[in-house]
Amino acid sequence: MSALLTIAGLTAHYGDFQALFGVDLTLDQGQTVAIIGANGAGKTTLMRAITGVAKVTAGSVRLAGEEITRSPAPDILTRGVAMVPEGRKLFPSLTVEENLLIGAHARRGNGFWTLERIQTLFPILKERRLSPGTALSGGQQQMVAIGRALMSNPQVLLCDELSLGLAPVVIKEIYAAFPQIKDSGTSIIVVEQDISQALRVADHVHCMMEGRITLSGRPSELSRDAIHDAYFGVNHA
Amino acid sequence: MMLIDTLAQGMLLGGLYALFAAGLSLVFGIMRLVNLAHGDLIILAAYLILTVATVTGLHPFVAVLIAAPLMFGFGWLLQTHLLNRVLGNDILPPLLVTFGLSVVIQNGLLSTFTADSQKLTAGSIEAASVDLGVVTLGVMPVLTFGSAVLVIFLLNQLFYRTALGRAFRATSDDAVTAQLMGIRPQRVFAMATGIAMVVATIAALYLGTRANFDPSIGPARLLYAFEAVIIGGLGSLWGTLAGGIVIGLAQAIGASINPEWQILSGHIAFVLVLLIRPRGLFPRAND
Amino acid sequence: MSRSLSPLIALFALAVLYALPAIAPRAMVQDLFGILTLLVLAMNWNLLAGFAGLVSVGQQAFVGIGAYAMFAAIILMGLDPLVGVVIGGIAAAVFAVPMAFFAFRLNGAYFAIGTWVVADIARLAISQWKALGGGTGTSLPKGTAKEMAFVDGIKEMLDVSTAAAADALTYWLMLSLAVAMLVASYIFLRSRMGLGLQAIRDNENAARSVGVDPLKLKAAVFLLTAFATGLCGALAFIQITRVTPDAAFSVIDWTAFVIFITVIGGIGTLPGPIVGVVVFYALQRALADYGTIYLIVLGCLGIAVMLFARRGLWGLFTDRTGIDPLPLRHRPPRVAKPSHSA
Repeated sequence: MSALLTIAGLTAHYGDFQALFGVDLTLDQGQTVAIIGANGAGKTTLMRAITGVAKVTAGSVRLAGEEITRSPAPDILTRGVAMVPEGRKLFPSLTVEENLLIGAHARRGNGFWTLERIQTLFPILKERRLSPGTALSGGQQQMVAIGRALMSNPQVLLCDELSLGLAPVVIKEIYAAFPQIKDSGTSIIVVEQDISQALRVADHVHCMMEGRITLSGRPSELSRDAIHDAYFGVNHA
Repeated sequence: MMLIDTLAQGMLLGGLYALFAAGLSLVFGIMRLVNLAHGDLIILAAYLILTVATVTGLHPFVAVLIAAPLMFGFGWLLQTHLLNRVLGNDILPPLLVTFGLSVVIQNGLLSTFTADSQKLTAGSIEAASVDLGVVTLGVMPVLTFGSAVLVIFLLNQLFYRTALGRAFRATSDDAVTAQLMGIRPQRVFAMATGIAMVVATIAALYLGTRANFDPSIGPARLLYAFEAVIIGGLGSLWGTLAGGIVIGLAQAIGASINPEWQILSGHIAFVLVLLIRPRGLFPRAND
Repeated sequence: MSRSLSPLIALFALAVLYALPAIAPRAMVQDLFGILTLLVLAMNWNLLAGFAGLVSVGQQAFVGIGAYAMFAAIILMGLDPLVGVVIGGIAAAVFAVPMAFFAFRLNGAYFAIGTWVVADIARLAISQWKALGGGTGTSLPKGTAKEMAFVDGIKEMLDVSTAAAADALTYWLMLSLAVAMLVASYIFLRSRMGLGLQAIRDNENAARSVGVDPLKLKAAVFLLTAFATGLCGALAFIQITRVTPDAAFSVIDWTAFVIFITVIGGIGTLPGPIVGVVVFYALQRALADYGTIYLIVLGCLGIAVMLFARRGLWGLFTDRTGIDPLPLRHRPPRVAKPSHSA
């Protein structure tokens, strides 16, 4: 396996406040990586820095060897990195179907994911296709947000806090789609506060605290205690 | 009879005002930009049509086909080089930049074309009228109104039926998330201003063929356009047409009582509507 | 320039300005009167737009109403012009009440055009006032300025013609209005209310959460600046002696110039209008022979300032030099930085 996304020494700010301190991370082709950590650990800033929304002050992001650090967000998407943003961020003026179609706005050529395939993956999105995006339940909105990101046929899919505010049964339903997404050849980074969900879905887990990666490893290698310490910073106080 | 005639004239006049307003409404709906130079840009377009018609000898209705793409380009450049730089949370810079632009355009036209009144001559169609039994309507006013309805219909189609319209709405909702979709808001805005300038050129065609114009009359057109947009409800294009008709009717009724009251009546109708319905007649749900 | 010296220089400059009618030719006094008029208007607009965030393009309404009320007081009621000026200010403030009631319904940018519409309504309505000449306007009765209170005394004191004495009087009044505006703005902006106002400009919700009522404060600023603008308009038209709706409610003369002066000098800074008015006057002089070119230059300058230096020339000056003789923010006490030694 070769490294698809390589992040080295990434430093970024959230407003005036430094949120990332030299983060290193690699995502291999076909891999699913989970990043876990408490609120304010810098997970969302990391996602925003990769996608060009947050300002990077130092370090680099490379996609398949090519530098994408500080590229404008639309360029990063066209290069193949799509994001499911925290809080879904559906467009209220667009219907469910339009929210999906807008995901393919910058797409050139064909790919695996089409409107039909997304609607097969999440059948409810076909049923409710003419509703305003924001009229759906939280879980359904999350499906739209995932579908919207997939519509660009990304090489890398970033999912920020998919399970936030959703009922466990809904979270399960959403993660049930992951095998199919992986099979389509997409590599995934998920940011999660739900540790057990993250361990279940990921090939590799990184734990973040105060803007740094404090623990990394395969889910099978990491003990509950180690994760707990890395998550809450018991040994770092 | 008199009353019906007045109402018909007023309604048709409203079509012209809707044309003035449609570009303003579009630009505000997409980027929350209030362009204080909109009236002067319409007048600029009128002079452009005049120049094209004079130089080439073409009929104004043909000259507009050359003027419109030029105005689109001008709008595009204006947005990319000037307005995009000042859009943001602070409302002051875009207002002051467009206000400065208004003064620059006005005085630029004044020094190029002098203060003399000009008119676009459309030939026999200007005097032509249709007799509907109850009222006799001028062909030009009817054409103006028809164009207004058509323009607003097409803008609505663009807005709700095309990929570009989708990008317009998405950017208007949330420009940061739109960028995550590969949309370049600055380009979307440039497109919107370009289209608004095409509509302004169509408005200029009717403005210039129906009456005299000179470089100073832009701000008054801005006020009518603005009133139509606000009465109709922000972001609603059909509302803008309704708003234009309200202003047109009020002006026609006022003028029929005393010609000096025409403009004043329009303004007063605007104030009254706003006092009764602060969000206009057809407010957009999510604003 | 040391800090203790600058008040002395300011006082000296002020003394020279007050002494001017006694030592300078009448044309210069008239010129300065024009400059001071624009300065007063600019300081008012700066308070509105620069500090209260109310971008009004309808200030000509208050100039016009002030002027017309003054004319009405003289022509219809036979009052002294100076009383007329006060009535002009009051009339403008009274008109500001319904205007605020209406325009405050319009948010942000739409407030700008809303105020413009209201000013146009005032212009059109005044055009219907036949007793004051309707659309063609009217002139002050001959000799009005000469019969003004204090003119005789000034005439004797300065040993000048009656007309020059009247000029001197209106000049002193305008100068005093400018000084009063400057001092009042300074005191107001450094007061609790003024700081609240700047807090609103920066963040309305935050201001509300610390107990500042944005609406009340903005309305108060709107009314007070309307009063001062009305006074200024009435005074200006004593010297012009003739009023028409188009001249009294001119958006270019009373609002556009004022906006450019404030923006170029430095919007949201106290000395901005003073710097702006000096630049404006210099430009007007330099380009006097080129007609409309100077308005084009002015517009371009305004745009350039918004693109490259949003706090205007004064902002550039304070940024470059660090000198700010009229700081509006209370300096936070300096806290010694804790030293990190690990």
